[in-house]
Amino acid sequence: MKSVKNVTSLPPIDEKIRDAVLDVTARLKDQPGALLPILHGIQSALGYVPEEAIPLLAREMNLSRADVHGVVTFYHFFRTHPAGRRVIYLCRAESCQSMGAVKLEQHIKHRLGVDFHETTTDGAWTLEPVYCLGNCACSPAMMVDDELKGRVTPESFDAWLHSEAT
Amino acid sequence: MSITVYVPRDAGALSLGAEDVAKVIEAEAQTRNLDVRIVRNGSRGLYWLEPMVEVETASGRIAYGPVQATDVAALFDADFLHGGEDVLALGLTEEIPWLKSQQRLTFARVGVVDPRSLDDYRAHGGYRGLAAALKMEPSAIVQAVIDSGLRGRGGAAFPAGIKWKTCLDAGADQKYIVCNADEGDSGTFSDRMIMEGDPFVLIEGMTIAGLAVGATQGYIYLRIEYPHAQRALEAAIDAAKAGGFLGDNLCDSGKTFHLEVRMAAGAYICGEETSLLESLEGKRGQVRFKPPLPAIQGLFGKPTVINNVITLATVPIILDRGATFYRDFGTGRSRGTLPLQLAGNIKRPGLVERAFGLTLRELIEDYGGGTASGRPVRAIQVGGPLGAYIAVSRLDTPIDYEAFAAINGMVGHGGVVVFDDTVDMAAQARFAMEFCAIESCGKCTPCRIGSTRGVEVIDRIVAGSVAERERNEVLLRDLCQTMVAGSLCALGGMAPFPVLSALDHFSEDFTGTAQKAVS
Repeated sequence: MKSVKNVTSLPPIDEKIRDAVLDVTARLKDQPGALLPILHGIQSALGYVPEEAIPLLAREMNLSRADVHGVVTFYHFFRTHPAGRRVIYLCRAESCQSMGAVKLEQHIKHRLGVDFHETTTDGAWTLEPVYCLGNCACSPAMMVDDELKGRVTPESFDAWLHSEAT
Repeated sequence: MSITVYVPRDAGALSLGAEDVAKVIEAEAQTRNLDVRIVRNGSRGLYWLEPMVEVETASGRIAYGPVQATDVAALFDADFLHGGEDVLALGLTEEIPWLKSQQRLTFARVGVVDPRSLDDYRAHGGYRGLAAALKMEPSAIVQAVIDSGLRGRGGAAFPAGIKWKTCLDAGADQKYIVCNADEGDSGTFSDRMIMEGDPFVLIEGMTIAGLAVGATQGYIYLRIEYPHAQRALEAAIDAAKAGGFLGDNLCDSGKTFHLEVRMAAGAYICGEETSLLESLEGKRGQVRFKPPLPAIQGLFGKPTVINNVITLATVPIILDRGATFYRDFGTGRSRGTLPLQLAGNIKRPGLVERAFGLTLRELIEDYGGGTASGRPVRAIQVGGPLGAYIAVSRLDTPIDYEAFAAINGMVGHGGVVVFDDTVDMAAQARFAMEFCAIESCGKCTPCRIGSTRGVEVIDRIVAGSVAERERNEVLLRDLCQTMVAGSLCALGGMAPFPVLSALDHFSEDFTGTAQKAVS
């Protein structure tokens, strides 16, 4: 994408978001192809990439807002709204399907009362689909934040959820 | 004298409770006042036995598995530290037939060594390939890779040496080595196992590639779903730097190679090489037109070698043992070994590295032991979500690139997913189109629109009457033809393969609910 001089004035921005953006861009913006590492940095600092961060980020990177928006929305991993306290990534791919992932998916959605990309009303869990966690020898698989779980059944899911709640 | 116990830190083993097992072994040893040293190795790839614990004894390593935290006290009671008998005892690890019959070249050290230890890597033959490469001219290194017959293990099976030669011959002030570690195909996990179980071999392979083509900077583009691999790679890169194997003047040779891990962000298409390069440049992962080839104009417009993890991790043994040694494995134009990944509904899933030429039947029946559910095998998907579904009648097909192409299939990255007779192949065909629609980068119309129309047409086939089914099947086949011939890359170009194979070999599943109600 073309570098453009971004001269428009910035819309108001929350202080916490501004600090996070400036902190991450100051550290990373000079490396080649910096935008993805920066977006990862912002998401790990704030839990998401707020839409109001985009104008400032665009100015710091000397890119257009459209360019940054385009990148943020292209990748499934970046979220523009906060997630629940923990995120469950449930694998939907073929290997897990062969071991009952479709049934497991229905069970988990019913149990948590949410569909994919939604957060439970108490803000505890966000459910996201994922296409392969590389745990295909232990299907079906899911990952909770960065903790991988294999051979998940509706029963073992319930037992795990119960143990997390207590 | 302390006793060494191995408990895998492989993500798959952790997903089955290996972390708790390691903790309990440590605590139990302390309580019993025993001197135990725990090494967190990679996985041997026998996933139905994970977490598999091994003990170092005078006669060799003895395995126990699958071990849960609650089994540990009994193992100590059975004196497992000296190879004592227990219901979980599996005997000498190397003698387990499933492992012994394999030909592990790329995976020689995985599960054997401590992946965080540079010394352990070197003690097991590590960095001998680099030592050999440092004594060779760049063109001789490239020639060795050409002579070995190594083809890209990511799926496209393009000869690695030819790619390297193109890059070597391209004049530029800066060149790059990029490792494609965006292992997104369902049923594949060999890249993950290498990166977690033997990360130094990938680093060594990339360093050799750098020397071969004159590149001084490497990037590993790693999928965000692999946090364990990220930690293992970053630890190994730090150790390699500290040991003088990366950086300026590596091994006092005057050569330079820097290496960095870059995290992807969950887009399947970024496993396609040109969209991966776009992503590394900080852009939307949209596919580029070819030519120019990445070897001539790749990352940041500079000549770039981009190879899969397994391809690069196989380079050290080729340089160490010679091209002929590697080429002597395999069959026809498929030379060397392929780390196959046996997954899905299978009794003994895991990593099987064998020379090309093994049949699908040997893999699924002898290694796999049939389905996990105990029901008959009905379909096998080889090569990830874009690979064809293979019917049981084709089980005697040897696993090599050409033999699979002859049955309209593909070996791809070597993932084999088994389904039992409860599978609904119309649903699988629909999923292939749905997946393509979700993951399409949107650049070309056949893929972006075709996949969405594909889902709709399959829905109409399943819901409709006989006449409607026939009409829509013609439409679906026509649509598939357009996608195969008109898409810019393999996503749209190959997503029709699972669909067509399901139609060809499992047409009864498309009969539709209307007719099922009548019959």
